[in-house]
Parts: sequence; structure tokens; C-alpha cells
Amino acid sequence: MPTQLLSSLFERYVPISSRIWKSIEALDEGQSEDGFDPFGFEPIFLRYILPFCDWLYQVYFDVEAVGLENIPDSGPVLLISNHSGQIPMDGMLIGIACLLDKKQPRMIRGMVERWIPDLPFVSWFFARTGQVVGTRENARLLLRRGGCLLVFPEGVKGISKTYDRAYQLEQFGLGFMRLALETGTPIVPVGVIGGEEQYPAIANLEGIAKLAGAPAFPITPTWPTLGPLGGLPLPVKYRLHFGEPMHFHGDPDDEDRIIRAHVEEVTDAIESLLEQGLDERAGVFI
Amino acid sequence: MSPRTTRTPRRQRVLLTGIAGNFGKIVARRLHRHFDLVGIDRRAVKHMPKDIDIETVDIRRRRAEDIFRREQLDAVIHLNILHDPRTPQAQHHDFNINGTQKIAKLCAQNDVPKFIVLSSTNVYGPRADNDQFLKEDAPLLGSQNFGAIRDLVALDMLCSTFFWRYPEVETVILRPAHIIGRIDNAATRYLRMRRPWTLLGYDPMMQLIHAEDVVSAIERALIPGIRGVYNIAGPPPVPLSYVLDRLGRQPKRQLEPIARAALDVAWSLKLSDWPTPELDHLKYVCMVDDSLARRELGYAHDYGFDDIVRELNRPAARPHTPTARK
Repeated sequence: MPTQLLSSLFERYVPISSRIWKSIEALDEGQSEDGFDPFGFEPIFLRYILPFCDWLYQVYFDVEAVGLENIPDSGPVLLISNHSGQIPMDGMLIGIACLLDKKQPRMIRGMVERWIPDLPFVSWFFARTGQVVGTRENARLLLRRGGCLLVFPEGVKGISKTYDRAYQLEQFGLGFMRLALETGTPIVPVGVIGGEEQYPAIANLEGIAKLAGAPAFPITPTWPTLGPLGGLPLPVKYRLHFGEPMHFHGDPDDEDRIIRAHVEEVTDAIESLLEQGLDERAGVFI
Repeated sequence: MSPRTTRTPRRQRVLLTGIAGNFGKIVARRLHRHFDLVGIDRRAVKHMPKDIDIETVDIRRRRAEDIFRREQLDAVIHLNILHDPRTPQAQHHDFNINGTQKIAKLCAQNDVPKFIVLSSTNVYGPRADNDQFLKEDAPLLGSQNFGAIRDLVALDMLCSTFFWRYPEVETVILRPAHIIGRIDNAATRYLRMRRPWTLLGYDPMMQLIHAEDVVSAIERALIPGIRGVYNIAGPPPVPLSYVLDRLGRQPKRQLEPIARAALDVAWSLKLSDWPTPELDHLKYVCMVDDSLARRELGYAHDYGFDDIVRELNRPAARPHTPTARK
């Protein structure tokens, strides 16, 4: 059993800090007495990944999280963030911030592509770590259960953009707003600073990406010239800015024009968080 | 003074098709305490309570019509559905579709107010893009990757047409999750294996339901006024590996392509009774939202996961030997 193998390896070699244990023990995702929530999330499983993620968070990326108190301690909430960095570290770092840095830890649930259940090990790993297949009904259910859902409305376009368009938001999808209106869920805007510099893409070779079946094939100053070493993200400093909760009211089935107006309010909020973060930072690595 | 006479209300007379099956017997043994039962099956029935009237008859034959005319039935519970994967498709279709259609028609012709049919969540099918919990209005895509259950999907859809074709009959379609008990279905057989196959790298969440809880749902569905389609599930879902772990099984993890190829060959050589598409249940979720049944039927599961584990560690039910086929 993969879990048993992991368990014995970790218990022997990986020390787990009390900070991590406290957060895991404080999690209430409505898990049954068997330890699983209906989506297959097993809080105790986080002990296998949190030590490494915490090292990335505290040491490698030296993350600074501002405004975590804006995330409600309980009840449904949608975190809407900009997306960047070729490899989506931003999702993981937001998750760690909410889990380990927030006074009342919250588990961030992400929505993954519908083909993920086809992938061996990946499907199992995502389910145990709280990720959910991205169907509208699953999102509704998570929010009805008081979940905290992280959404990147820019999608793949956000992470695969080249550095000349750094911190410029791609067009947001409208689905998250319809979901928020339907379920009466508050939205917390999130501005992520630092992701754009971890893989500063000079170009994106779309032809090769298409051949490889990948969403993008970025060329950076270090990739592919330095080989596998160039695949490592630069140790930039991440700054996560959480804005104040936004509440929207209206008909979730309104025409796109009306929904788009609400979405623009959210993009404006994220843009101002990005501006604030960029103004405040002294440099990319400090 | 004349002695006071107290009138006991007439017990509902219920016809149970498929009473000779393992699940039919479980239903009969519970319901005969509260209902006057008439059981029919084309197979011989043994060891049943004496107060159940049993007739050995094929639901497609004329003699089945006589029972409807003779008995003043208040409800029909239709369990006589062929699941054996080795039976030819034509026979499946003839028995399941024509048989069910005939029973429903007889209900309408003989003013039987209630028709309950037992379908299953397999009609939705295990799929990568399934919602975690499928509602009753989810499309029935079970036969898309598993052609051999086309008739079961067609049967479920056919029964859905009875709502408008025979509006005077209260049709209830129950779609339970994997039923566990002293029965001989795929889920129970699989979980009773000492070294069951699993697919390397996959560990889907599973819903199991104890057979007695399904009987409770049927009992609830007999309440006058209830009609519609209801998903039924038991205790909260758990991963397959957890179920096997709790049962003390030692699964053999197989690479999916190898498992599929091996099962294909074994099926062709008649060395295995597991159709290859059943492997999808070891890969994807196929779980249901049963909140409608809990709300409208007042259904609640009584048997928890521990009871199901205990049940699976009891000796297995004997598979059927069709002794009275015509």
C-alpha cells in the first residue's frame, strides 16, 4: 500500500514540527470517523508533504503573507487569485499560508482538471491532499460544506505568459462569479507577487508545446540552456496579499455583460493588491 | 351485550418478483412481518416463511397475468432482473426489458397503485469526469464503456417512462450503491476475495450499503404517495484501499494495461466471470447523492461501515443454480 510505505519512511526520516501537527489537528473538513472527507481528503496524509512544502514556503521562497485575517475562520469562501510562474507554485504557497500561518488554519481546496482521475498515483495523491475534480457540482458541494475554494480564473493563460506581460491580468472566466452569486459565497481577492520572476519566460514555443501536448513550452534565461538545473524555479521572495472579503448579490444566470461587471470589480481589487505589493517590495529576492 | 369487534386494518398485499434470489429472500424475510407477500420466480424457492404465497412462474408467461387478476395487489416490488454477465445479451434483453414492461403494464391494467423497481448506481457508470456525488438527474452513461449492461440502463430508462405512461401507478426506481450482504453480486464477491486485484496508482472512494438498508428503503418506498427516482447509499464513503485494509485482504496491485489484457484473455477462455470494464470501478468514482431519499422517503442507513465489514467476513451466500427455468 503506497500510504503504508510512505508512512514508515516518513516516520523514520522526516521530523514533523509541532506547527504542522497543530494545523493538521485543527482541521475540520467534515471528515468521517474513518478519517476521510467525502472527496477522499485525509488530513493526516498532509504530514507527508507539509514538511517539504513548509521548507519551500519558509526558506526557499521566504513567503510573506499579508491580510490572512481577511479570510473568514469558518464558512464558505472563494479565494480568487492571479496566476503566474509557468509551474503553479502560487496555489501551493497560498495553501500553506492559510494552513500554517493563519491563526485558525483553513484547508484550501483546489479544483483539478477532469482528466486527472485517469492518471495513476496523481489521482490518488490529489484526492488525499484535498484537491477535487473541477465540476460545477463539486464546487457547489464544497461551498455548501463550508469549504475554502481557491480559483485562478485566468487559467493556463495566466501561468504561461511571457515576462513582458508580468503582472498584467489575463481575461478572467465568469464561472466563479456565477458560483459565488448562486451560493452567496464571499470572495477574497488575492494578489501574488514573485511568481512572475521564478521562471521569467522570454518566449513560449507554442509549436513544441502543442507537439508535447503541454499548455506551454517556455524559454527562460536558464531553461533549457542549463538542462535539468534550469528547470528549478529561481529562489524569489513571494508576497501574498489577501484583500478584504467582497460580497455580491444578483442572479447567477444573468447575461454575461452583468456578470462581467462584477468580475471586473474583483480584477480591480486584485490589480490594486498587486500594485501595493510591487510598490512595497525592495527587490525580487529580498 | 354483543361482543365488541375490533377491526384490524387490512395488511397491504405485495407481489415480490425474484423471490428466489439471494436478495429476494432477504426482502421477503423482512417484509412478510408487515405485509401479505406473494412471491414469484421462475426458479424454485426453498426455506421461506410459511405465510408467503409462492408461485414458480416466469414473469413473461401468461400465468403471471393470472396472479395479477386473482390477487388484489397493493404493490409490486420488481427484483427479478437478470445480472449474470455470462448470459447472452439477447436473453438479458428479452428477460429484463420485456419482463419489466409486462409487469408494469399488468400493474396499470389491474389497478396496482405501486410499482417499485430495483436498479443500481451502475447505470451512471464509473467515469473520470463524474461529479463526486451523482444526483438522480445525472445522465445514465454506464453502458458507454460497458456494453454488457446496456439492458440494465435501458431498463432504468424504460421505468422512467412509466411516470407519464402509467401516471395512475406510483412508480419508484431505487438506485442503491454497491449492495453488501449474503448475496452474490459483483461487489460482495470482489470484497470477499482473499487477494483481490487493485489497479496500481488508483484508489477511488467507494460507497457501500448493507442489504438490510436497501430493504429499509424499499419499505419506505411502499408508503402511499411516494413516487420518483431515488439514489440510496449507506455510511460515508471510504477509499477502496481502506475497505480492503479493514477486511484484512492482501490486494494484488496490477498495472492497468496488464490487468485489462489478462482479464480479457481470462474472460474469453471462460476462466473468469469478471467482465473487463468492471475494472473501471477500481479506478474511478461512481458515488451518489442520496439526500433526496433521506429527505422524501425518510430513509436513513442503520448499518455502519463496521457492520459491513462484519458482514463481509461472514461466509458467502451460495450462488444460484437455476432449477426451474422454462
